[in-house]
Amino acid sequence: MTFNTADTAAPAASDSLVIDGDALTSRLIMGTGGATSLTSLEEALIASGTELTTVAIRRYDAQSRDSVFAMLDRLGIRALPNTAGCYTARDAVLTAQLAREALGTSWIKLEVIADEDTLLPDPVELFTAAEQLVLDGFTVFAYTNDDPALAKRLEDAGVAVVMPAGSPIGSGLGILNPHNIATIIERAGVPIVLDAGIGTASDAALAMELGCDAVLLASAVTRAHDAGAMARAMRLAVDAGRMARAAGRIPKRSLAQASSSFDGMVTRRPSEADL
Amino acid sequence: MTQKMTENTIDITVNGAHRPVTVESTLLELVADLTGKNLVASGDPADGSRLGVAAAVDGTVIPRGGWAAHELLPGQTVDIVTAVQGG
Repeated sequence: MTFNTADTAAPAASDSLVIDGDALTSRLIMGTGGATSLTSLEEALIASGTELTTVAIRRYDAQSRDSVFAMLDRLGIRALPNTAGCYTARDAVLTAQLAREALGTSWIKLEVIADEDTLLPDPVELFTAAEQLVLDGFTVFAYTNDDPALAKRLEDAGVAVVMPAGSPIGSGLGILNPHNIATIIERAGVPIVLDAGIGTASDAALAMELGCDAVLLASAVTRAHDAGAMARAMRLAVDAGRMARAAGRIPKRSLAQASSSFDGMVTRRPSEADL
Repeated sequence: MTQKMTENTIDITVNGAHRPVTVESTLLELVADLTGKNLVASGDPADGSRLGVAAAVDGTVIPRGGWAAHELLPGQTVDIVTAVQGG
Protein backbone atom coordinates (compact mmCIF):
# COMPACT_ATOMS: atom_id res chain seq x y z
CA MET A 1 0.00 0.00 0.00
CA THR A 2 1.35 3.42 -0.92
CA PHE A 3 0.19 6.84 0.12
CA ASN A 4 0.67 10.32 -1.21
CA THR A 5 2.44 12.76 1.02
CA ALA A 6 0.02 15.66 0.61
CA ASP A 7 -2.13 16.03 3.70
CA THR A 8 -5.37 15.77 1.76
CA ALA A 9 -4.27 12.61 0.02
CA ALA A 10 -6.65 9.71 0.00
CA PRO A 11 -5.18 6.23 0.17
CA ALA A 12 -4.29 4.75 -3.20
CA ALA A 13 -7.08 3.49 -5.44
CA SER A 14 -6.12 -0.09 -4.67
CA ASP A 15 -7.23 0.58 -1.09
CA SER A 16 -10.84 1.12 -2.13
CA LEU A 17 -13.67 -0.16 -0.01
CA VAL A 18 -15.66 -2.55 -2.20
CA ILE A 19 -19.32 -3.06 -1.37
CA ASP A 20 -21.52 -5.20 -3.57
CA GLY A 21 -18.95 -4.85 -6.37
CA ASP A 22 -18.79 -1.05 -6.20
CA ALA A 23 -15.56 0.61 -5.10
CA LEU A 24 -15.51 3.61 -2.77
CA THR A 25 -12.26 5.54 -2.49
CA SER A 26 -13.40 7.53 0.54
CA ARG A 27 -13.90 5.57 3.73
CA LEU A 28 -15.91 8.36 5.32
CA ILE A 29 -19.64 7.85 4.93
CA MET A 30 -21.58 10.96 5.84
CA GLY A 31 -25.05 11.55 7.18
CA THR A 32 -27.12 14.60 6.37
CA GLY A 33 -29.03 14.97 9.63
CA GLY A 34 -28.53 17.94 11.90
CA ALA A 35 -27.36 20.46 9.31
CA THR A 36 -28.82 23.91 9.76
CA SER A 37 -29.00 24.61 6.04
CA LEU A 38 -28.46 22.87 2.72
CA THR A 39 -25.68 25.37 2.01
CA SER A 40 -23.64 24.46 5.09
CA LEU A 41 -24.37 20.79 4.46
CA GLU A 42 -23.08 21.05 0.92
CA GLU A 43 -19.89 22.73 2.10
CA ALA A 44 -19.35 20.00 4.70
CA LEU A 45 -19.99 17.17 2.27
CA ILE A 46 -17.50 18.56 -0.21
CA ALA A 47 -14.87 19.08 2.52
CA SER A 48 -15.40 15.53 3.79
CA GLY A 49 -14.57 13.99 0.43
CA THR A 50 -17.38 11.48 0.96
CA GLU A 51 -18.76 9.40 -1.88
CA LEU A 52 -21.70 7.90 0.02
CA THR A 53 -24.16 9.83 2.17
CA THR A 54 -27.28 8.83 4.02
CA VAL A 55 -30.72 10.34 3.57
CA ALA A 56 -34.00 9.68 5.37
CA ILE A 57 -37.30 8.83 3.69
CA ARG A 58 -40.21 11.03 4.68
CA ARG A 59 -43.60 12.13 3.40
CA TYR A 60 -43.42 14.59 0.55
CA ASP A 61 -44.31 18.17 1.35
CA ALA A 62 -43.89 21.51 -0.37
CA GLN A 63 -40.43 21.99 1.16
CA SER A 64 -39.34 18.71 -0.40
CA ARG A 65 -38.92 20.52 -3.69
CA ASP A 66 -35.51 21.82 -2.54
CA SER A 67 -34.38 18.31 -1.96
CA VAL A 68 -31.21 16.95 -0.48
CA PHE A 69 -31.50 14.23 -3.12
CA ALA A 70 -31.09 16.76 -5.93
CA MET A 71 -28.06 18.21 -4.14
CA LEU A 72 -26.36 14.82 -3.78
CA ASP A 73 -27.09 14.14 -7.45
CA ARG A 74 -25.44 17.43 -8.38
CA LEU A 75 -22.37 16.72 -6.20
CA GLY A 76 -22.02 13.21 -7.63
CA ILE A 77 -22.43 11.66 -4.17
CA ARG A 78 -24.26 8.36 -3.98
CA ALA A 79 -27.31 8.44 -1.71
CA LEU A 80 -27.67 5.75 0.93
CA PRO A 81 -31.29 5.81 2.08
CA ASN A 82 -31.98 4.77 5.63
CA THR A 83 -34.92 3.53 7.68
CA ALA A 84 -34.33 6.04 10.49
CA GLY A 85 -37.28 6.43 12.81
CA CYS A 86 -38.64 2.90 12.33
CA TYR A 87 -39.42 0.87 15.45
CA THR A 88 -40.60 -2.33 13.79
CA ALA A 89 -39.34 -4.66 11.09
CA ARG A 90 -42.59 -4.10 9.20
CA ASP A 91 -42.11 -0.32 9.01
CA ALA A 92 -38.44 -0.71 8.16
CA VAL A 93 -39.16 -3.07 5.27
CA LEU A 94 -41.84 -0.77 3.83
CA THR A 95 -39.54 2.23 4.17
CA ALA A 96 -36.74 0.34 2.43
CA GLN A 97 -39.04 -0.62 -0.41
CA LEU A 98 -40.17 3.00 -0.79
CA ALA A 99 -36.54 4.14 -0.74
CA ARG A 100 -35.61 1.67 -3.48
CA GLU A 101 -38.44 2.91 -5.64
CA ALA A 102 -37.83 6.60 -4.95
CA LEU A 103 -34.05 6.65 -5.34
CA GLY A 104 -33.45 3.73 -7.67
CA THR A 105 -31.00 1.97 -5.36
CA SER A 106 -31.20 -1.36 -3.55
CA TRP A 107 -28.67 -0.14 -0.97
CA ILE A 108 -30.34 0.49 2.37
CA LYS A 109 -29.04 1.49 5.77
CA LEU A 110 -31.25 -0.58 8.03
CA GLU A 111 -31.99 1.17 11.29
CA VAL A 112 -34.65 -0.15 13.66
CA ILE A 113 -34.59 1.62 16.98
CA ALA A 114 -35.84 0.42 20.35
CA ASP A 115 -36.70 3.72 22.00
CA GLU A 116 -36.21 7.39 21.41
CA ASP A 117 -34.08 8.08 24.48
CA THR A 118 -31.19 5.84 23.49
CA LEU A 119 -31.95 5.39 19.77
CA LEU A 120 -30.19 2.05 20.21
CA PRO A 121 -31.14 -0.72 17.77
CA ASP A 122 -33.85 -3.21 18.68
CA PRO A 123 -31.95 -6.46 18.01
CA VAL A 124 -35.02 -8.63 17.38
CA GLU A 125 -36.74 -6.27 14.95
CA LEU A 126 -33.40 -5.47 13.32
CA PHE A 127 -32.61 -9.11 12.65
CA THR A 128 -36.12 -9.86 11.37
CA ALA A 129 -35.99 -6.91 8.98
CA ALA A 130 -32.47 -7.83 7.82
CA GLU A 131 -33.58 -11.34 6.88
CA GLN A 132 -36.58 -10.04 4.93
CA LEU A 133 -34.63 -7.34 3.10
CA VAL A 134 -31.84 -9.74 2.10
CA LEU A 135 -34.48 -12.11 0.68
CA ASP A 136 -36.01 -9.15 -1.18
CA GLY A 137 -32.68 -8.45 -2.90
CA PHE A 138 -31.49 -5.45 -0.89
CA THR A 139 -27.85 -4.67 -0.15
CA VAL A 140 -28.25 -4.19 3.59
CA PHE A 141 -26.05 -1.92 5.71
CA ALA A 142 -27.14 -3.00 9.18
CA TYR A 143 -26.85 -0.45 11.97
CA THR A 144 -26.44 -2.56 15.09
CA ASN A 145 -25.28 -2.65 18.68
CA ASP A 146 -21.62 -3.28 19.43
CA ASP A 147 -22.54 -6.91 20.13
CA PRO A 148 -20.18 -9.41 18.44
CA ALA A 149 -22.80 -12.18 18.57
CA LEU A 150 -25.47 -10.11 16.84
CA ALA A 151 -22.95 -8.81 14.31
CA LYS A 152 -22.13 -12.38 13.34
CA ARG A 153 -25.79 -13.34 13.10
CA LEU A 154 -26.45 -10.39 10.79
CA GLU A 155 -23.53 -11.39 8.59
CA ASP A 156 -24.83 -14.96 8.46
CA ALA A 157 -28.24 -13.58 7.46
CA GLY A 158 -26.58 -12.04 4.40
CA VAL A 159 -26.19 -8.36 5.14
CA ALA A 160 -23.49 -6.64 3.06
CA VAL A 161 -22.12 -4.38 5.78
CA VAL A 162 -22.31 -4.53 9.57
CA MET A 163 -22.33 -1.12 11.26
CA PRO A 164 -21.89 -1.26 15.04
CA ALA A 165 -22.56 1.83 17.12
CA GLY A 166 -19.62 3.33 18.99
CA SER A 167 -22.11 4.96 21.38
CA PRO A 168 -25.65 6.33 21.07
CA ILE A 169 -26.53 8.36 17.97
CA GLY A 170 -25.64 12.02 18.36
CA SER A 171 -24.08 11.51 21.79
CA GLY A 172 -20.52 12.30 20.75
CA LEU A 173 -19.31 9.82 23.39
CA GLY A 174 -16.97 8.13 20.93
CA ILE A 175 -16.25 4.40 21.06
CA LEU A 176 -17.34 3.18 24.49
CA ASN A 177 -16.33 -0.45 24.01
CA PRO A 178 -13.32 -0.66 21.68
CA HIS A 179 -12.80 -4.27 22.71
CA ASN A 180 -16.20 -5.28 21.32
CA ILE A 181 -15.56 -3.39 18.08
CA ALA A 182 -12.19 -5.15 17.74
CA THR A 183 -13.84 -8.52 18.36
CA ILE A 184 -16.49 -7.82 15.71
CA ILE A 185 -13.74 -6.93 13.24
CA GLU A 186 -11.63 -10.02 14.01
CA ARG A 187 -14.50 -12.35 13.25
CA ALA A 188 -16.05 -10.47 10.31
CA GLY A 189 -16.23 -11.60 6.72
CA VAL A 190 -18.01 -8.43 5.56
CA PRO A 191 -16.98 -4.77 5.87
CA ILE A 192 -17.43 -3.26 9.33
CA VAL A 193 -18.37 0.42 9.52
CA LEU A 194 -18.30 2.28 12.83
CA ASP A 195 -21.63 4.10 12.89
CA ALA A 196 -22.87 6.52 15.53
CA GLY A 197 -21.32 8.19 18.53
CA ILE A 198 -18.33 9.84 16.89
CA GLY A 199 -17.65 13.15 18.63
CA THR A 200 -14.39 14.37 17.22
CA ALA A 201 -11.52 13.44 14.93
CA SER A 202 -9.71 11.18 17.39
CA ASP A 203 -12.81 8.97 17.64
CA ALA A 204 -12.83 8.47 13.87
CA ALA A 205 -9.09 7.75 13.86
CA LEU A 206 -9.53 5.20 16.65
CA ALA A 207 -12.26 3.42 14.70
CA MET A 208 -9.94 3.02 11.75
CA GLU A 209 -6.97 2.03 13.96
CA LEU A 210 -9.14 -0.71 15.44
CA GLY A 211 -9.58 -2.00 11.88
CA CYS A 212 -12.96 -0.66 10.83
CA ASP A 213 -13.37 -0.47 7.06
CA ALA A 214 -15.07 2.92 7.21
CA VAL A 215 -16.72 5.41 9.53
CA LEU A 216 -20.24 6.82 9.26
CA LEU A 217 -20.96 10.08 11.04
CA ALA A 218 -23.27 13.07 10.83
CA SER A 219 -23.84 15.10 14.00
CA ALA A 220 -20.12 15.41 14.78
CA VAL A 221 -19.81 17.44 11.59
CA THR A 222 -23.21 18.99 11.00
CA ARG A 223 -23.54 20.23 14.59
CA ALA A 224 -19.92 21.33 14.97
CA HIS A 225 -19.27 25.06 15.30
CA ASP A 226 -17.54 25.00 11.91
CA ALA A 227 -19.00 22.09 9.98
CA GLY A 228 -16.69 22.47 6.99
CA ALA A 229 -13.55 22.46 9.11
CA MET A 230 -14.73 19.46 11.12
CA ALA A 231 -15.58 17.60 7.92
CA ARG A 232 -12.02 18.09 6.74
CA ALA A 233 -10.68 17.00 10.14
CA MET A 234 -12.74 13.81 9.93
CA ARG A 235 -11.48 13.10 6.44
CA LEU A 236 -7.88 13.39 7.60
CA ALA A 237 -8.58 11.36 10.75
CA VAL A 238 -10.08 8.49 8.77
CA ASP A 239 -7.11 8.47 6.42
CA ALA A 240 -4.64 8.75 9.32
CA GLY A 241 -6.29 5.94 11.24
CA ARG A 242 -6.35 3.74 8.16
CA MET A 243 -2.65 4.39 7.50
CA ALA A 244 -1.73 3.76 11.14
CA ARG A 245 -3.62 0.47 11.12
CA ALA A 246 -1.79 -0.65 7.98
CA ALA A 247 1.56 0.56 9.33
CA GLY A 248 1.32 -1.66 12.39
CA ARG A 249 1.46 0.08 15.74
CA ILE A 250 4.00 -0.77 18.43
CA PRO A 251 2.84 -3.09 21.20
CA LYS A 252 1.79 -1.47 24.47
CA ARG A 253 4.25 -2.04 27.34
CA SER A 254 3.86 -1.52 31.05
CA LEU A 255 7.26 0.20 31.39
CA ALA A 256 9.34 2.55 29.29
CA GLN A 257 11.65 1.38 26.53
CA ALA A 258 14.47 3.84 25.85
CA SER A 259 14.78 5.04 22.32
CA SER A 260 18.36 6.26 22.93
CA SER A 261 21.14 3.85 23.73
CA PHE A 262 22.76 4.07 27.21
CA ASP A 263 26.14 2.97 25.74
CA GLY A 264 28.85 5.64 25.94
CA MET A 265 27.11 7.74 28.56
CA VAL A 266 29.41 10.14 30.44
CA THR A 267 27.30 9.76 33.58
CA ARG A 268 26.47 6.61 35.48
CA ARG A 269 23.05 5.13 36.13
CA PRO A 270 21.65 5.76 39.64
CA SER A 271 22.12 2.07 40.49
CA GLU A 272 25.86 2.33 39.77
CA ALA A 273 26.40 5.61 41.62
CA ASP A 274 28.55 5.74 44.81
CA LEU A 275 26.20 6.82 47.55
CA MET B 1 -63.98 15.36 8.06
CA THR B 2 -64.25 18.91 6.81
CA GLN B 3 -63.97 18.26 3.09
CA LYS B 4 -67.37 18.17 1.51
CA MET B 5 -67.71 15.32 -0.93
CA THR B 6 -69.56 15.88 -4.14
CA GLU B 7 -70.75 13.44 -6.73
CA ASN B 8 -67.57 13.98 -8.68
CA THR B 9 -65.04 13.47 -5.93
CA ILE B 10 -63.98 10.73 -3.55
CA ASP B 11 -62.19 11.17 -0.25
CA ILE B 12 -58.83 9.52 0.33
CA THR B 13 -56.01 10.04 2.83
CA VAL B 14 -52.77 11.40 1.41
CA ASN B 15 -49.74 11.65 3.70
CA GLY B 16 -51.98 11.60 6.75
CA ALA B 17 -54.46 14.24 5.61
CA HIS B 18 -57.87 13.84 4.04
CA ARG B 19 -57.95 14.92 0.44
CA PRO B 20 -60.76 14.90 -2.10
CA VAL B 21 -59.78 13.70 -5.56
CA THR B 22 -61.78 13.43 -8.73
CA VAL B 23 -63.55 10.15 -9.36
CA GLU B 24 -61.46 7.82 -11.56
CA SER B 25 -58.32 9.86 -11.01
CA THR B 26 -55.05 7.90 -10.93
CA LEU B 27 -52.05 7.72 -8.66
CA LEU B 28 -50.03 9.34 -11.45
CA GLU B 29 -52.30 12.38 -11.41
CA LEU B 30 -52.09 12.60 -7.63
CA VAL B 31 -48.28 12.46 -7.59
CA ALA B 32 -48.10 15.04 -10.39
CA ASP B 33 -50.46 17.32 -8.48
CA LEU B 34 -48.53 16.98 -5.21
CA THR B 35 -45.08 17.46 -6.68
CA GLY B 36 -46.04 20.08 -9.25
CA LYS B 37 -44.23 18.07 -11.91
CA ASN B 38 -45.47 17.18 -15.36
CA LEU B 39 -45.20 13.39 -15.44
CA VAL B 40 -45.33 11.08 -18.43
CA ALA B 41 -47.06 7.69 -18.35
CA SER B 42 -43.91 5.94 -17.07
CA GLY B 43 -44.12 8.07 -13.92
CA ASP B 44 -40.97 9.99 -14.80
CA PRO B 45 -40.86 13.80 -15.15
CA ALA B 46 -41.45 15.03 -18.68
CA ASP B 47 -38.33 17.21 -18.39
CA GLY B 48 -36.06 14.16 -18.09
CA SER B 49 -35.09 14.84 -14.47
CA ARG B 50 -35.30 12.27 -11.67
CA LEU B 51 -38.40 12.54 -9.53
CA GLY B 52 -36.99 10.88 -6.42
CA VAL B 53 -40.45 10.02 -5.15
CA ALA B 54 -42.16 6.75 -4.23
CA ALA B 55 -45.79 5.95 -3.49
CA ALA B 56 -47.56 3.32 -1.42
CA VAL B 57 -51.29 2.62 -1.37
CA ASP B 58 -52.61 0.96 1.79
CA GLY B 59 -49.07 -0.06 2.76
CA THR B 60 -48.07 -1.57 -0.58
CA VAL B 61 -45.47 0.13 -2.77
CA ILE B 62 -46.75 0.87 -6.28
CA PRO B 63 -43.83 1.09 -8.76
CA ARG B 64 -43.94 4.33 -10.71
CA GLY B 65 -44.57 2.47 -13.96
CA GLY B 66 -47.88 1.36 -12.49
CA TRP B 67 -49.09 4.78 -11.31
CA ALA B 68 -50.94 5.62 -14.53
CA ALA B 69 -53.02 2.45 -14.35
CA HIS B 70 -53.70 2.70 -10.64
CA GLU B 71 -57.12 4.22 -10.06
CA LEU B 72 -57.69 5.71 -6.61
CA LEU B 73 -60.62 4.32 -4.62
CA PRO B 74 -62.62 5.88 -1.77
CA GLY B 75 -61.04 5.47 1.66
CA GLN B 76 -57.62 4.48 0.43
CA THR B 77 -54.51 5.61 2.29
CA VAL B 78 -51.74 6.91 0.08
CA ASP B 79 -48.22 7.73 1.21
CA ILE B 80 -45.95 9.68 -1.10
CA VAL B 81 -42.37 9.99 0.09
CA THR B 82 -39.02 11.41 -0.88
CA ALA B 83 -35.48 11.71 0.48
CA VAL B 84 -34.85 14.31 3.15
CA GLN B 85 -31.93 15.18 5.40
CA GLY B 86 -31.35 12.53 8.04
CA GLY B 87 -29.16 9.78 9.38
